[in-house]
Amino acid sequence: MSKINEAFVKGSWNEQVNVRDFVQKNITPFDGDSSFLSGATERTKKLWDICLEAIKEERANNGVRSIDTEAVSSIVSHEAGYIQKDLELIVGLQTDELLKRAMKPYGGIAVVEKACEEQGLEVSDRVKDIFRNYAKTHNDGVFDVYTDEIRKYRSLGFLTGLPDNYARGRIIGDYRRLALYGIDTLVAAKKADMQGLVGPMSDDKIRLREEVAEQIKALLQIKELGNKYGLDLSRPAESAQEAVQWVYMAYLSAVKEQDGAAMSLGNVSSFIDIYMEYDLANGNITEELAQEFIDQFVMKLRVVRHLRMNAYNEIFAGDPTWVTEAIGGKLMDGRHKITKTSYRFLQTLYNLGPSPEPNMTVLWSQTLPEGFKKFCAQVSIDTSSIQYENDDLMTSTRDSDDYGIACCVSFQEIGKQIQFFGARTNLAKTLLLAINGGRCEMSGKVIVEGIPELKSDKLDFDEVMANYKLAMKDVARVYNESMNIIHYMHDKYYYEKAQMAFVDTNPAINLAYGMAGLSIVADSLSAIKHADVTVVRNDEGLSSQFLINGEFPCYGNDDDRVDNLAVEISNHFNQLLCGLDTYKKADPTMSILTITSNVVYGLKTGATPDGREQGVPFAPGANPMHGRDKNGAIASLNSVAKLDYKNALDGISNTFSIIPKSLGADAEIRNENLVTMMDAYFSKEAHHLNVNVLNRELLEDAMENPNEYPQLTIRVSGYAVNFVRLTREQQLEVISRSFHSNM
Amino acid sequence: MLRVHSFESLGTYDGPGIRLVAFLQGCNFKCLYCANADTIELKGGNKTSVEEIVGMAENQRPFFGKKGGLTFSGGEPLVQAKQLLPVVKALKEKGFHICIDTNGSILNDDVKEVLQYTDIVLLDIKHINKEQHQLLTGKGNEKTFAFVEYLSEIQKPIWLRYVLVPGYSDATEHLHQLGEHFKAFENIEKIEIQPYHELGAHKYEHLGWEYKLKGVKANTDEQLNAAHDILSNYFKEVVIN
Repeated sequence: MSKINEAFVKGSWNEQVNVRDFVQKNITPFDGDSSFLSGATERTKKLWDICLEAIKEERANNGVRSIDTEAVSSIVSHEAGYIQKDLELIVGLQTDELLKRAMKPYGGIAVVEKACEEQGLEVSDRVKDIFRNYAKTHNDGVFDVYTDEIRKYRSLGFLTGLPDNYARGRIIGDYRRLALYGIDTLVAAKKADMQGLVGPMSDDKIRLREEVAEQIKALLQIKELGNKYGLDLSRPAESAQEAVQWVYMAYLSAVKEQDGAAMSLGNVSSFIDIYMEYDLANGNITEELAQEFIDQFVMKLRVVRHLRMNAYNEIFAGDPTWVTEAIGGKLMDGRHKITKTSYRFLQTLYNLGPSPEPNMTVLWSQTLPEGFKKFCAQVSIDTSSIQYENDDLMTSTRDSDDYGIACCVSFQEIGKQIQFFGARTNLAKTLLLAINGGRCEMSGKVIVEGIPELKSDKLDFDEVMANYKLAMKDVARVYNESMNIIHYMHDKYYYEKAQMAFVDTNPAINLAYGMAGLSIVADSLSAIKHADVTVVRNDEGLSSQFLINGEFPCYGNDDDRVDNLAVEISNHFNQLLCGLDTYKKADPTMSILTITSNVVYGLKTGATPDGREQGVPFAPGANPMHGRDKNGAIASLNSVAKLDYKNALDGISNTFSIIPKSLGADAEIRNENLVTMMDAYFSKEAHHLNVNVLNRELLEDAMENPNEYPQLTIRVSGYAVNFVRLTREQQLEVISRSFHSNM
Repeated sequence: MLRVHSFESLGTYDGPGIRLVAFLQGCNFKCLYCANADTIELKGGNKTSVEEIVGMAENQRPFFGKKGGLTFSGGEPLVQAKQLLPVVKALKEKGFHICIDTNGSILNDDVKEVLQYTDIVLLDIKHINKEQHQLLTGKGNEKTFAFVEYLSEIQKPIWLRYVLVPGYSDATEHLHQLGEHFKAFENIEKIEIQPYHELGAHKYEHLGWEYKLKGVKANTDEQLNAAHDILSNYFKEVVIN
């Protein structure tokens, strides 16, 4: 055993791969405030300036600095790459050059070709030949098997953003394992698992043996990757610097091999802190150096890139990578998990400036130390770069205190559990099936058979609701079928061997479904129930407009008459999904989340009974529709807090934007009010909150002068983006969305 | 039933902490600069029961934290003192912190009883000079002064509030007179200078009223700071809202 590991408190982590046990036994919770933190060193500033210059070039060059059109990306595909070697304390890039993007054609060759063409480049003949004529991709597999029905649902916009031509992402490797154990021990553990996987040789068993074999190959490749950078990854890390470096190498392997929509980091900060404490106590490093390790690590995470088509940006705006790091929370034994390194991660938002990546997520518990809560509120007010999730709710509901956040908002136990990403279904468009006899309101195509025509154009609540439930049932069925196909094929053709090498053999799986349009559905049903709504039909008999006579309560005003409809529909749809068989017997979960696709969903959805016109964007995630919350921000938070996490275990996203003045007259009051607000929101068992503290004028100026705001970051549904990298349409949508202001 | 114009659930300027602010319909003043002109008309408003308001307050209770609570503003909330009384009584029974944001011109038995259940009175002083007060509000200021005397007798905490309208209520001599008049009251905890803004002007158009302060610009930082400096000679705490 290494010297540093000898010094740590022993436990079952010494006998088996168990990082949680190591953290529990060795963590030093920190109750102080932010006064110990260090600023950026000259070395870090120089290095970050080089990155900023490269990022500027990237933005000027249609969002892509360069592409390697020759090599197919793998863990060992590229030689070592550096930003500027003599300045780097933490090394490693995805390719041999900063911001150079690599091809990962296993998701689908056509997408890679398109992405290159859009930049005026062409995929090399060799790669085209291999992937067109010999190798089969995930995308090929899925489309070989898709039913006509699924294709129809997909092309008409009932199902959107399905991971059928790009990597599904979401899986989080326990990247800490590389630092704690080193490759050799991890290989030995996987080999031991393999020994236990013996007959009878059922499909499951064969598949699992193949997967473990792939994982072992990946581990050996990761060792080779370390060699390219002069790092001996065969053994555990022996210092704080190595711990950071080892964790990063494990993560780097994942983003070299995969281009998943979201590839989270996990919850590495409190783990790394244990090494920091050791080195600080032994005089090996200073606080300045400790901060520098984290600054440089975060810098690397900020330059992770994937090769994407322009169309991808319509759904996932701003070229996100979702390197989500979950910070804080508490342990089952009641101690909190705030360490000095929790602070150091947040401090990077000052040392390097605001940024969407890594996607900093604070796991908020009522029991977190006040000093940390205040620091978070301050960072939110200053940078708008943090999101918050309810740790008390998740630890009690999901029964684990060692979890990360997959993608935007989804709980995932680290190293023990994975999830299959399911994009989402459009429940507002589904509501229109109930009003149009099962036909798509825009194309007129029959989507669901057996939905009766309405007896009258004046809508009757019970009749619409009965039809809606029929429609939801079929949509759930088709959605489930598409998911099973996608994940079967992804495992077969684009298996995440690097990430799964850092996950237990045969982990628990969540099938992460999603729904969009909840606020429109709730308001539409409320209008039908509480006012008179008459449908206007076009020549084909399809709904084109709704005339509303009378008042109705809208979701977002803390009014049970409509909020309960939102709860009822989300619970109902989740229950429908939970009743369906899943690939690999995954446990179904559902999110109420839209990413930025609320704009695209709006375009694909006709007029709705709440008075929303055709094409108007949806509210993001579980947010109330903009402009309909009349009683201010807290009433809006109260409405969202009513949604039932147990029926939306994949997460309930809420984005809160406010002008600084609305939080209070001076800095101290704003900080205090924001802390109180979060304590209160989460005490009501709400799940997630994005916090933006911004002036409308600032955003408008950034639209006109993007070069002056290269790092302006805003939080949207479950993640953060560089505002200037959004399309103009998305920027306008963000600005028009309710800025809670009490003027 | 209280007649409510609207609610603001994230009130951060009308008393301590985060507050649920109920803007009640109807006012006995008609201030030239009123930012909530649509609350002046004495008729109208949504009839809201004691139970409804208590229910909203309960839903919002965690957000009040250690300091926050409810504020009744308007309009002039004490125009409806009789209807307000059972509301504040019920809220106080449940332990909520209550502020009343008033112009201090109404003092009857109902008002006195409402004040028993009130924690802090946010008292709007429109002008120290009687004629100027008349010009700005349509009424004199004697009753407001008497109201302060009464609050002093019953030892009720007061936060004075003063809208600084350029050219109307920001003259140096008037600010000194204001300070002189109120400096001796122990129960005045602070004075809040409320910057003048035109954000309510569009409501006048909607109401078909003339906005008589057209062309008056929002205060400059210099104006606000100058007022702050003067008032600091007289009050324990001066804040610019």
